[in-house]
Amino acid sequence: MPSPIPSEVILEARDLTREFDGVKALDKFSLKLHRGQVLGLLGANGAGKTTAMNCMLGLTLPTSGGLYAFGKELQSHRIEILRRANFSSAYTALPANLLVWQNLLVFAKIYRVPKPKERIAELLEMMEISHLHKRVTGQLSAGESTRVNLCKALLNKPELLLLDEPTASLDPDIADKVRKIVLRIRSELNCGILYTSHNMKDIEEVCDHLMFLHKGKVVMEGTPKDIVERSSSSTLEDVFIKIARDGEIVDETAKKEEVAP
Amino acid sequence: MSLHVIQALVLRYLFLYTRSPMRLIELIFWPVVELVIWGYLTLFIQENTTGDFPRIIVFLLGAMILWDVIFRAQQGVAISFLEDVWTRNLLNVFVAPVRTIEYLAATFCVGFLRILVTITVLGLVAGLMYSFNIFTLGWALLPFFMNLMVSGWALGMISTALILRWGQAAESLAWAVPFFIQPFIAVFYPVSAIKPEWVQTISWALPPTHVFEGMREVLKTGVFAWDKFFWAAGLNLIFLTAAGMVFFYMLTLTRRRGLLTKFATQ
Ligand SMILES: Nc1ncnc2c1ncn2[C@@H]1O[C@H](COP(=O)(O)OP(=O)(O)O)[C@@H](O)[C@H]1O
Ligand SMILES: [Mg+2]
Repeated sequence: MPSPIPSEVILEARDLTREFDGVKALDKFSLKLHRGQVLGLLGANGAGKTTAMNCMLGLTLPTSGGLYAFGKELQSHRIEILRRANFSSAYTALPANLLVWQNLLVFAKIYRVPKPKERIAELLEMMEISHLHKRVTGQLSAGESTRVNLCKALLNKPELLLLDEPTASLDPDIADKVRKIVLRIRSELNCGILYTSHNMKDIEEVCDHLMFLHKGKVVMEGTPKDIVERSSSSTLEDVFIKIARDGEIVDETAKKEEVAP
Repeated sequence: MSLHVIQALVLRYLFLYTRSPMRLIELIFWPVVELVIWGYLTLFIQENTTGDFPRIIVFLLGAMILWDVIFRAQQGVAISFLEDVWTRNLLNVFVAPVRTIEYLAATFCVGFLRILVTITVLGLVAGLMYSFNIFTLGWALLPFFMNLMVSGWALGMISTALILRWGQAAESLAWAVPFFIQPFIAVFYPVSAIKPEWVQTISWALPPTHVFEGMREVLKTGVFAWDKFFWAAGLNLIFLTAAGMVFFYMLTLTRRRGLLTKFATQ
């Protein structure tokens, strides 16, 4: 029997461990991201979400463990993989003194986007920021620059998109727009999206699958609804707080399974 | 290596320079000030002494302009990297399909462009004020010029590697590094003037020394100093390779220590 088509998993981490001065920021972290899936990484500040993402981008080398994208080992196929991926974070910026279109044009050329001007116009329109085209990037508001960053992240129609706290410091209205955009991107590009956030509304609305991180370990995993039920909590926020404070949570299902013969 | 990536990165720096005239002014202002001061000083000495001074003014101004080639090439590399740090753009570049060698090649191009601007301005000012014709050096100028540019690139990679190692606190190294070697490479005086004598061995091990000695030889004798040229080129090859290795090593180390992202988001 031929094995099932392996292309479904577009990003995989196997037992990823990353130590900083003896402290494990990531501890045997494993993940599989499928095409068309939005996977949410959740956890308190310092849980290891950004470290996980940085490892997956090859920005930080893991202490041990394996990383694969599109079925290929990350470090040895970095450029090839990065062509099909993209990234946006609330903590990076595009050069402040350039105009919005200049920044986007530079990255369009780096990613070798066909018809860059059209693609840029299309994306600005999608983000409802066409009017910012000729503005100085550094003078944009948080909501505006987040959306410009997202434009950059979509230039190459990525199959794999990593978003680190894309809604951080956004007002509820803009955050809502960003969530809608993320869902739209997922269905239009049929890409896999890895999404980190502290915002429960974000997670509930956008993610198909959740992974709760605590001190670099995955302590709970499942669909948002599932997780709430299994932890006998009323909301996801409840679960988050319990995990952040105690580091563990009573997983009712897991318990039952253990007891079962 | 892919050309369109290098082009895109150079385009980003061109946008940067056109968007911030202060950077262009800086590119022109300091060399001109330096040239004017050296020029007046030489003229003053010339008027108050007797002897072989017309030649000395040519030596000094020529040396000044050629030194600027090293400095500008080095700045092209080091400052371009810092621009990406300052503008928090480094992460965007490193998560894009940009090979390290393409990134370096783009900064080399910026170094080249910075040299063209500075040399044109200096050449004009020196010509107008002191009737110093930079082409006195004739066609010897070109091979020497290229050697100095390569030395500058190597120094630029070293500066960037040091900044990667010690963090943004060490960013003033971007301006300081060329001056670490300036005393030894015999820019304004012959190697024989360097004392104690054993230091001269260090001088001869540095590629630019051969260029500056060669330049003086051309000015004096009118004959192109092939031996000096080959020494400079050979040593440059070694220096560029070594500097490149140091840079790659530091970049990997920074990735391993997980500090690349700290740089980019500080
Ligand atoms: N370069 C680094 N050096 C030392 N410690 C680090 C470094 N990067 C991250 N850490 C530590 O790793 C842990 C996880 O951080 P991070 O991944 O940024 O968390 P999150 O994104 O979930 O808030 C934190 O304790 C942080 O202090
Ligand atoms: Mg984080």
